[in-house]
Amino acid sequence: MNRNLQLIWNGLIPENPIFRLALSLCPSVAVTTSVKNGLMLGLAVVFVQVFSSCTVALFRSYINPRIRIPAYVLIIALWVSVIDMILPVVSPAVYKEVALFVKLIVAFAIIISRLELFASKEPFVPSFFDGFGMGIGFLFGLCLIGAIRELSGAGTLYGFDVLGFRPLLVMILPAGGFFVIGFIMAGMNYIEYKLTGKIPSAGGAH
Amino acid sequence: MKTLRLVSTAIAIVILLLASMPAFADFALKGSFEKDKSIKLFFGMPVDETWATNKANYTVYEKTDPDILMPVESIALDAPRTTVTLTFKEPLNQTSEYVVDVKDLTSAGKVVGSGTFTVKKSQVSVLLGIIIGAMLINNFVFTKYLGLCIFFGVSQKKETAIGMGITFTLVMILSAIMCWALYSFVLLPLNLSFLKIIVFIGTVSIFVQAVDTILRKINPYLFKRLGVYLVLIVTNCIILAVPLLNADSAAGPFESLSLGVGAGVGFAIALFLMACVREKLEVCRVPATFVGLPIAFIVAGLFALAFLGFSGLSIF
Repeated sequence: MNRNLQLIWNGLIPENPIFRLALSLCPSVAVTTSVKNGLMLGLAVVFVQVFSSCTVALFRSYINPRIRIPAYVLIIALWVSVIDMILPVVSPAVYKEVALFVKLIVAFAIIISRLELFASKEPFVPSFFDGFGMGIGFLFGLCLIGAIRELSGAGTLYGFDVLGFRPLLVMILPAGGFFVIGFIMAGMNYIEYKLTGKIPSAGGAH
Repeated sequence: MKTLRLVSTAIAIVILLLASMPAFADFALKGSFEKDKSIKLFFGMPVDETWATNKANYTVYEKTDPDILMPVESIALDAPRTTVTLTFKEPLNQTSEYVVDVKDLTSAGKVVGSGTFTVKKSQVSVLLGIIIGAMLINNFVFTKYLGLCIFFGVSQKKETAIGMGITFTLVMILSAIMCWALYSFVLLPLNLSFLKIIVFIGTVSIFVQAVDTILRKINPYLFKRLGVYLVLIVTNCIILAVPLLNADSAAGPFESLSLGVGAGVGFAIALFLMACVREKLEVCRVPATFVGLPIAFIVAGLFALAFLGFSGLSIF
């Protein structure tokens, strides 16, 4: 397989930021009460991840390794400020619900960890695809959790009434997000166990 | 002899107090917030029911916007007819001051006069409300889902949880104050508030780095205990969320400080509770696919359900 496609696939499933690496868990619980919110924040993360990966890859030879972390943080903060000004214009209603988390993308561990592990060592093009893959993986995770919670909690999907009743109200309450992620993680562990015969150790702590 | 003197002094003081109290000619103008939608007025004398339940007699507005009148939805008079509870359609902002104008107060059939009530919470109760709110009702971990990365990362042992909780609370309080000062003295006057994300994250990371360096020199023992957690704090979203929330709500210095205290202590509580459970989980037989993070998530979900119970709490 082409290496660029490989990088995207890698971010989507084998190193999925939420379920595999267990990074950036806060937004994956907080904004996933509906698919729409998850989609919007996911797109914002894709944007920030791709642009900061590219920026770091372009300037990697100019950044002194001793001050690389502050430099990365400032680069991320720059792109977050940009998306924070674009989103309220594009979709004011959704932005109102995810506003705090769009600003908090700065503190998402996934973005800075990709800059540190990948973009600071690789040239522009692979960095772009790695950033894109990770962003898409994150978007996929948010939408999956959002779909499960919205369908079981409110009986709707992307705002359309699907079931006509509310099977499990607890799912859109704060607690529901924790349950859904716990069960999806366990489910992925189970699938991997059936396929490979061993239980993978859960990802990094944060 | 001595007790007699004491008693007589006490009586004298009581008489003095009674004499210095205002006469009831103009009625006592005191009001207070009830639930989030109602205001209670104390008249200090029985009022007529037909007058008291007429909505046209009350004009209510927020002191900062006298043009916007609050529509009264229902009025309730209590049994001795001295207290009236006004209920509004919209929830009131309990941190601001409301003015209630009362027209032609009628008692025992004759008009006594008009008056103005000011309804305000005392500063202390507002601040305590913010602290309790951030600590329990809107706990940052269990109802706002912030700081989860650190929360799952360092809640494996009670000892590390306590160390992290203390370090985090201290850094949180100081950085909330610092970000407030920067925002209101530098960013707002220069119209640079769109830069707040960059400035806040920069401030927090510089501050953490400074604490790290200073502590290493001044108190190596404390550094050994708490140093490892310092680096982790920068990746905690609560530390960035609190200054951002303060900036959005235009909070004053004391409100910012209280939100910082509430967020820090709330996070420490959550961390400690979680560590207690996870230590026990180590010796439990958990299904193999759930070992590690999945079961920790389920436990956190149960905690979040329990913390929902605080949602109706209003002490102040």
